[in-house]
This record gives sequence, C-alpha cells and structure tokens, in this order.
Amino acid sequence: MNRIEIEQLTKFYGERQVLDAVDLNIAPHEVVCLIGASGSGKSTLLRCINGLTEFDEGTVRLDGVDIYDESFGRTGLYKRVGIVFQAYNLFPHMSVLENITLAPIRVHGRDRREAEAAGLKLLQLFGLGQYARAYPEQLSGGQQQRVAIVRSLATEPDVLLLDEVTAALDPELIGEVLKIIRDLKTSGMTMVIVTHEMGFARDVADRVCFLDGGRIVEQGEPHRLFSKPENPRTQKFLERIIAAGRLEASV
Amino acid sequence: MTRRPGKGRRQIALKDRLAPVLISLVSVVVVFGAIAFFVGSAEQWPRIQNQFFSVEAMLEAAPGVARGFLVSLQIWLISLVCIGIWALVLAIFRAMSGPWFAPLRVFAIVYVDLFRGLPALLLVLLFGFGIPALNLPGLPKEGLFWGGVALILSYSAYATEVYRSGIEAVHEGQGMAAKALGLTQWQTLRYAILPQALRNVVPAMLNLVVALQKDVALLSVLGVRDAVREAQIYTARTFNYSSLVVAAILFLLATIPLARLTDHLQRRDRQRRLQGAK
Ligand SMILES: Nc1ncnc2c1ncn2[C@@H]1O[C@H](COP(=O)(O)OP(=O)(O)OP(=O)(O)O)[C@@H](O)[C@H]1O
Ligand SMILES: [Mg+2]
Repeated sequence: MNRIEIEQLTKFYGERQVLDAVDLNIAPHEVVCLIGASGSGKSTLLRCINGLTEFDEGTVRLDGVDIYDESFGRTGLYKRVGIVFQAYNLFPHMSVLENITLAPIRVHGRDRREAEAAGLKLLQLFGLGQYARAYPEQLSGGQQQRVAIVRSLATEPDVLLLDEVTAALDPELIGEVLKIIRDLKTSGMTMVIVTHEMGFARDVADRVCFLDGGRIVEQGEPHRLFSKPENPRTQKFLERIIAAGRLEASV
Repeated sequence: MTRRPGKGRRQIALKDRLAPVLISLVSVVVVFGAIAFFVGSAEQWPRIQNQFFSVEAMLEAAPGVARGFLVSLQIWLISLVCIGIWALVLAIFRAMSGPWFAPLRVFAIVYVDLFRGLPALLLVLLFGFGIPALNLPGLPKEGLFWGGVALILSYSAYATEVYRSGIEAVHEGQGMAAKALGLTQWQTLRYAILPQALRNVVPAMLNLVVALQKDVALLSVLGVRDAVREAQIYTARTFNYSSLVVAAILFLLATIPLARLTDHLQRRDRQRRLQGAK
C-alpha cells in the first residue's frame, strides 16, 4: 500500500512562513497535481513528503507510519518515495547505467550484476536502452529527464514525486516526458506532480490542488476545477494562465 | 558538438597562425637581444660573465647541483603526495555538515587560518630547528624531515582551500539528488561530489605544485643538501656563482613544462565549460 497522509504541515524559512497547516491525503494509485504561482510552496511541500526538507509542525505519514519513525531506517523512506527534479540532476561523471544503479548498489546493497540487468531492463522499457553507456551531456534534455525518472524508479518506489519535470525542456521535448508519466499512471504509480502544464494536469490528474501562500486554497476533480473554479484566487490564477495560453495550448 | 574543426578550416587556421607565431618569435629575439646587448656592453660585464656564466665552472658544479636537485625532486614528490591526501581529508572535514562533525569542521577552519597566515619560511625554521632541539624521544631528529613536515602543513592549508572551492562549485542539485536517492553524506561526497570537484581543481592544484617545487629550496636554510645548498657550497669553495645559474636552469627545466601544462588544462577546461553552457 502507499497512502500518504499530510496533517497540519507547517514550515518556516526563518521568519517567512512557506507552508501553513497543509492537510492533504493521497490515496494509493492516485495522481495529484499541485499547481500555483511561483513561491506558493509547491516544491517545499513535495520535499517535505520524502524528508528532503525538514518541517516545523505537523506530520507526514506513509501507510499510517510517521515518515520520521525509526521503522523506516535511514534509507527506507528514500527507497519508497522517489523524486525527480526540474534540473534532472543526473551525475555528469557517470554513465546513464551508473546513474541508475548507484542507489540500488550503494544504498540498498544489491549485487552489481543484478542491479545492472534490472537497470538495463528498465531503460529498455522506457525506450532508452541504447543510451545505457552514454554520458548525460551526450543526451538531449528530454532524454536526460527520462533517465532521471528511470533513476528514481530503479529502487522500485511506491510513490513518485515530480517537481516541474518539464519546465527546463524545449517545447518539442516535453511530450516524450509527459508520455512516460502517463504510462506510469497507467501502471498504477501513486504520484504527486508539481506542474505548470495545466493541460497535462487536467488530463492526467485524479485531483488538482491549487496552492497559494502556503495553503491549499482549492482542490478538486480537474475538469471541475479548471472549468468552474470556486475560490476567487483560483479564478484569478487560472485567468492569468489562460491569458498566457498555457491551458489550451498543451492539451 | 564540433570539437574538431574541419580539414579546410584547419589549413587556413595554420597559415593564419603562422604569422603571429613569427611575429612573437621575432619580438622575443629582439627584446632579449637588446637586453643582452645592453648588459653585455656594461663595463663590468666580462667580470660578471666569468663569475656567473662561466661554462667551465658550470660544468664543474653541475654534478653536485644535479645531485642536490634530485634531493629537491624527492622532497617535492613526497610532499605532493602528503599534501594531496592531507588537504583532501581537511576539505572533507569542512564539507561535512551536521552537529556530529562540528569539531572536525572547526579544526579544519582553524588549521587553514593558522597555516595560511604564517610564512612558509618561518614554519620551516620553527619546525626544522625547534622540534629536533626538543629532543623528544621516538621522533626523528633530522631537520630535513621536520622541514618537509612544515612545507606539507603549510601547503596543505592552501590545497584545502582549492579543494573546497572545487567542492562548492559542484551544483547543489547534485547533493540533493544524491540525498534523495538515500546516499549518506559521506557517500554523497564520495560518489557524487568529489569526482566532479577533483576534476574542477586540477588547474588550480597544478599552480600549487609549481609553487611548491620552488619552495622546496627553503629547506636549504636547514642545511638540507638540495640544489640551492649544493650550489652555495660550490660558490663558497670557488667564489664563482655559476653554480647558482645551473640550479636556476634546473628549476626552470622542471617548472616551465608544468606551467605550460597548467595553462593548457585551464584553457581546455574553459572551452569545456563554454560548450557545456550553450
Ligand atoms: N532554501 C530556502 N531558503 C529560504 N527560503 C526558501 C528556500 N527554499 C524556498 N524558499 C522560499 O519558500 C517559498 C516557497 O518556495 P517553493 O520553492 O516551495 O515555491 P514553489 O511553489 O515551488 O515555486 P516555483 O514555482 O517558483 O518553483 C519561496 O518564497 C522561496 O523563496
Ligand atoms: Mg518549485
């Protein structure tokens, strides 16, 4: 199972409150998209879920167990919750396959040969088999981001967090990355996705949450939220997005 | 990526490059020729020439100075290895975060401040004369050993800062990605950060390597029979300074290729960065 329960999550950076008592439950196999203006706390919320960022108040539970519970051990949480960043953050001095097998071998003690075989299989599954020995700088941005997604899948996580994974890509490369995410949804992966691709959010999300000033101001089924937003701030945000042509263009 | 220019381009480039090379060669010859002429026309020149540039004396002094130079080279190489390792340890101390590592971090900071703030010559004198005079049981008593230790301690402070700048130049996303994959702080350094940092610091490190090669001569104040000391011994015996020139030539033969290599690596590094940036 892989249910995430976030309760009263509060986070300060110095004096500045970035998350304000956020409540959010994510069901197994659910895909939740977080949208909102820059600085509204989307990335911070995402990073609190897998312990990358420490928070000040509240709890985050995975299948009913606090993520800081000792039963996770040092690496248990990282194994079960993967994250992919906007800037890919692949290790440039390692080949694609080395990037992918690093955590399985070094963190989870898998046998090298076994990990490489599994990594290759995963790469082939995502149409990247021929790049196993290539280095990140030899790949296009879209390919690099796909490798980054495969890297986070290599530890067989139950939940995947995606932070604006297409924001750094040229428009013509976005499609190949979004396709992978759709495939992952089909395969039943639980995902929390921060995105500025509103059309994509509408298509792929089971639920969309709009963040503003560190709170979830409105959430709901995507078609309803995009066509009939109830909160004035959501309305204003979506009006701006539509004016910028980002909702219709990317369906 | 077009790392290699096409054939046609290369041929043109060759012709284009020939002119500047010729011009610079000619100007070097003219400038240094003028200096030589000017110096040579001085009234005292014949005497100076005999005292500093006597071929006979040079040949006579060469074996001794060369032997000393081998000693210098040995000290240099051994020190390099020690500095490379010790400075890396210190840089790792500094890079570790979290309360557990605070004492190590503070130690590294104080160490660097201390040894960077003191002249290498002073350290060589303090260690080379001071520690043997303490007559501590179980410790070596040669000035050479303690002088070498002083050089290593001093240069490690600079090398630590070079490593540190290399570590800090690695994008912070790398550390975050490693953490998200579950790597420990040490594993993150070992597998993600250091391999990139070490590559970054090669040119800056080579500058230190060249500087150290020269500063090995500081040990001559302790009576270590390195190139400079051997040259001085010859001078004291014959009142002819040509042996110093021999030592100078040997140093240049060793350092100039290194300096060229450093330049080359720096240029390559910049090109790589420019390519990466586009
Ligand atoms: N490490 C940090 N130190 C201090 N303040 C931070 C830090 N990280 C984020 N913040 C601040 O917290 C707020 C929320 O940041 P966050 O990155 O979560 O926003 P976001 O919704 O992801 O924005 P964007 O769409 O630009 O990525 C911002 O005001 C930001 O300046
Ligand atoms: Mg963000």
